[in-house]
Amino acid sequence: MNVLWLVLLSISIVFAICTGNLESFTKSIFEGAKSAVEISLFLLGIVSVWMGITRILEDSGLIYRIAHLFRPVISRLYGNIPGDHPSITAITLNVLANLFGLGNAATPLGIKAMQELDSLNEEKGTVTYEMMILIVLNTASIQLIPFSVIGILAGYGARNPAAIALPVLVATAISAIAALLILFTFRKILK
Amino acid sequence: MIQYINYISLLIIPLFILFAILYGTFAKIRVYDSFVEGAKEGPGIILKIFPYLLTIFVAIKGFQSSGAFEFIRNGFYSVFALLDIPIEVFSMAIIKPLSGSASTALFTDIVKTTGPDSIATTMTAVIMGSAETTFYVLAVYLGAVSIRKTRYLVPVCLLADFVGIVVAITVVRWVF
Repeated sequence: MNVLWLVLLSISIVFAICTGNLESFTKSIFEGAKSAVEISLFLLGIVSVWMGITRILEDSGLIYRIAHLFRPVISRLYGNIPGDHPSITAITLNVLANLFGLGNAATPLGIKAMQELDSLNEEKGTVTYEMMILIVLNTASIQLIPFSVIGILAGYGARNPAAIALPVLVATAISAIAALLILFTFRKILK
Repeated sequence: MIQYINYISLLIIPLFILFAILYGTFAKIRVYDSFVEGAKEGPGIILKIFPYLLTIFVAIKGFQSSGAFEFIRNGFYSVFALLDIPIEVFSMAIIKPLSGSASTALFTDIVKTTGPDSIATTMTAVIMGSAETTFYVLAVYLGAVSIRKTRYLVPVCLLADFVGIVVAITVVRWVF
């Protein structure tokens, strides 16, 4: 992240100087700060709601039941999670929210999953392999139907807006599998 | 079929909440108090995420306004013309991992300028549907548990994004 941030910001500043976009560059830095505040406030609401709901699951013991139910599926991919651990439930709910395109649920549940996975982390501050699987799957977008895209296409009078659904599904499936394969390859090489 | 799945996705959260509170009540817990206790964690989590989000957003917004993006785009113009891929696809491939709202704005713009049934629209629509805002996910997920050492995660995500774009272009070529 350090390298990425450094490169992105220094390229931007050099270009802003060369192209004479200095004023808008400086303005946009503070716009970036503003949108970070706005998105954080939005996240504060939805994350708190989902923390409330998942606390009900924890206090009632439902979280362990769901974990038990989905353990066979999840632990096939995530090797090092002990049986019926709450992280299995958070990961399952995150996957389901992603599949159904429930963005407002997917991010808070992903955060919850990160917290649960961090409770298994022996080296705090360093990302674990299980966390990487979770993040890679979340950056690959595993949505079944892209409702918002179909909505925009329909709004501008596309002949058959829903025709996009099948290619998206195929592309999503292939790129999610490819993302996992890339992760596995890096793990093998950099062990 | 699509309306059917749309209905299920509208139904899933309300049904899940109903199930959770009924199950909790049968398990003899006070669901109201549990919810409040859980919600108390929210502000703490956001306080942890906020600096990460701010740091990445400053760089992304700065990049968008610096003119660097247009310069790189013009550099790739001939490459994309040679491969017979609309240049809009390149813009989307760069913007999508950086910003969700900017990619939606860009997509709407592409639909408007090239028409709702053009090949540029179809390709960018598939990228919109099959890619995520990688940098946002990284900032939020890593920030939530204060991860500093990311090992090989960032190169994996960037490589996966690149493969995802190539797959999207190939699939559209193959289907349409």
